[in-house]
Amino acid sequence: MTTNETGTHGAVLADRAPEKDSPVVELRNAGKAYGNIRALHGVSLTVHPGQVTCVLGDNGAGKSTLIKIISGLHQHTEGEFLVDGEPVRFSTPREALDKGIATVYQDLAVVPLMPVWRNFFLGSEMTKGPWPLRRLDIERMKKTADHELREMGIVLDDLEQPIGTLSGGQRQCVAIARAVYFGARVLILDEPTAALGVKQSGVVLKYVAAARDRGLGVIFITHNPHHAYMVGDHFSVLRLGTMELSAERSQITLEELTNHMAGGAELAALKHELSQVRGVDVEELPEEADLTAPVAVTKEAAS
Amino acid sequence: MTQHAEPAVTSPPAPGLKDTDGRSAERSMIVRLLARPDVGVFLGAVAVYVFFLIAAPPVRDASSMANILYQSSTLGIVTVPVALLMIGGEFDLSAGVGVITSALTASMTAYQLSMNVWVGVIAALIASLAIGFFNGWMVVKTGLPSFLVTLGSFLILQGVNLAVTKLVTGNVATDDISTMDGFDQAKKVFASSFDIGGVQVKITVFWWLLFAAIATWVLLRTKYGNWIFAVGGNRESARAVGVPVAFTKISLFMLVGVGAWFVGMHQLFSFNTVQSGEGVGIELIYISGAVIGGCLLTGGAGSAIGPVFGAFMFGMVQQGIVYAGWNPDWFKAFLGVMLLGAVLINLWVQRTATRR
Ligand SMILES: Nc1ncnc2c1ncn2[C@@H]1O[C@H](COP(=O)(O)OP(=O)(O)O)[C@@H](O)[C@H]1O
Ligand SMILES: [Mg+2]
Repeated sequence: MTTNETGTHGAVLADRAPEKDSPVVELRNAGKAYGNIRALHGVSLTVHPGQVTCVLGDNGAGKSTLIKIISGLHQHTEGEFLVDGEPVRFSTPREALDKGIATVYQDLAVVPLMPVWRNFFLGSEMTKGPWPLRRLDIERMKKTADHELREMGIVLDDLEQPIGTLSGGQRQCVAIARAVYFGARVLILDEPTAALGVKQSGVVLKYVAAARDRGLGVIFITHNPHHAYMVGDHFSVLRLGTMELSAERSQITLEELTNHMAGGAELAALKHELSQVRGVDVEELPEEADLTAPVAVTKEAAS
Repeated sequence: MTQHAEPAVTSPPAPGLKDTDGRSAERSMIVRLLARPDVGVFLGAVAVYVFFLIAAPPVRDASSMANILYQSSTLGIVTVPVALLMIGGEFDLSAGVGVITSALTASMTAYQLSMNVWVGVIAALIASLAIGFFNGWMVVKTGLPSFLVTLGSFLILQGVNLAVTKLVTGNVATDDISTMDGFDQAKKVFASSFDIGGVQVKITVFWWLLFAAIATWVLLRTKYGNWIFAVGGNRESARAVGVPVAFTKISLFMLVGVGAWFVGMHQLFSFNTVQSGEGVGIELIYISGAVIGGCLLTGGAGSAIGPVFGAFMFGMVQQGIVYAGWNPDWFKAFLGVMLLGAVLINLWVQRTATRR
């Protein structure tokens, strides 16, 4: 787990090809209750290599709960959870990691005060030397981290700087590069763009696409349908803990997705309200939104 | 109005990757150096040393320095693991009375069973490790703050020390063990002195520096050290990337037990008997030493070498006041001022490190 640089990574690349079509991760009618709070119920989801599965939903819809099951932080209380077709039940994140399921958390799973390179290798440090003197192979870790980050297009002057001094987007990218390096087959991203500006979101989306192109199955959690539609192959919408929609990209337009997200009726009401208050050209709303981030709409309204 | 809004839509001047790098490079060397936790306390220690060199002429004597270092070492040997524990995000309020518990265990086991004193020494080590394990296990399993858990064990041990000693020996102190088998040998290990250029230096000074050196190496150069920073800096993140959080925390508490055991053995083999009521209040000196040494009270940052200077400052002030002929009552006031100063510096470091 510690000293091999290419082991898991290489092995995964080698035997992924034949099972291209079978899902790596699958949920069948899975659910989760926190005591008597039913956070998730009857959710089915498949993740294929080289594809981005988007999970959308409002705050509290159960998105984080869903990925916590897959990443081993929580256990499902109903239904089935399969990895490579085998039913599993993870009790620690380590077990999920060992199956190649890596998660970039909403709160980023980094230790802000620790240097970038230490964060990159945290929990899977490279070592050298026999036991009583076994020590970190600092030089190799720094070189590898630098190389891997450059590979993903992230250039940092100083890997010794605390990761907390990086911007939110940079931190996300380091976390993604880290997961890719450690041979993840499935990459889970919990609202990676939630706290980011337009441009930084674009950077993160680019790395999501890069990870997908390397053959990883990606689960992309977001409540922004525009971001989802830019990279997604499959869309699942959660509402109050149940699956409201599950559709392939070919079956759905961005407008329909946005409608599902907001709830068709609610959106209609919102449109009506906006037209009353500000005289916004409501017919334009979805089209505008197609091309740019929602910020653009506000600007249109303001001018 | 429109002019202001326009660029915000087309291309917001969000910092790109390159821009950020340019800025971080501008942060000067001096700021970076001062941001190192051990550099600040080193300067503090030098300042205190120079101050007493001037204010208290006897301090200039080599034998006074040996005495100051001895004082520092008896605090410092426990301060080192307490500092590691603090970097790992936890406290141990039971370390001070734990020293006495360990010494009492060794003394009474050997005396009551009329065995070689080494039997008592081993029994004491087991007891100290068990106390550390209990503290760590309680903290990890219940999720309670270690302040509460170890406050509990502090009170328990304080009571047990007095009551069990009374029960076994019928006294407040243990019996003299200086004539028992193995005593001289154990005294060599824990409480002997070396002659260096005509000055007697206690062996604890060497142990202290050795332990600090090992701790520094472990902290900066091993996997375990990486985990200590991680579990203190962000426990949940550490767990999520596969760091064994429970193992790391419990073992840190047990290391504090080892430190307490060592000083307990030193006291036993220096004074031959143990006063069961001692050790209360010393735990706060250890914690202050770690904080002054640059360890973040909230965990995740610090060093093992900083607390060496922290302990040295305490030993220096404690003895310096005596050599200067002042009222020793000022000692605690000095400690308080140094502690507050160190905390303010820590706060500033944390803000600098996390600021974008
Ligand atoms: N640890 C927990 N204990 C109890 N309830 C929880 C816990 N975590 C989440 N919930 C509840 O589960 C629901 C779904 O939460 P979450 O999965 O975090 O939603 P999302 O990530 O989509 O915003 C919420 O109603 C939340 O209050
Ligand atoms: Mg969430």
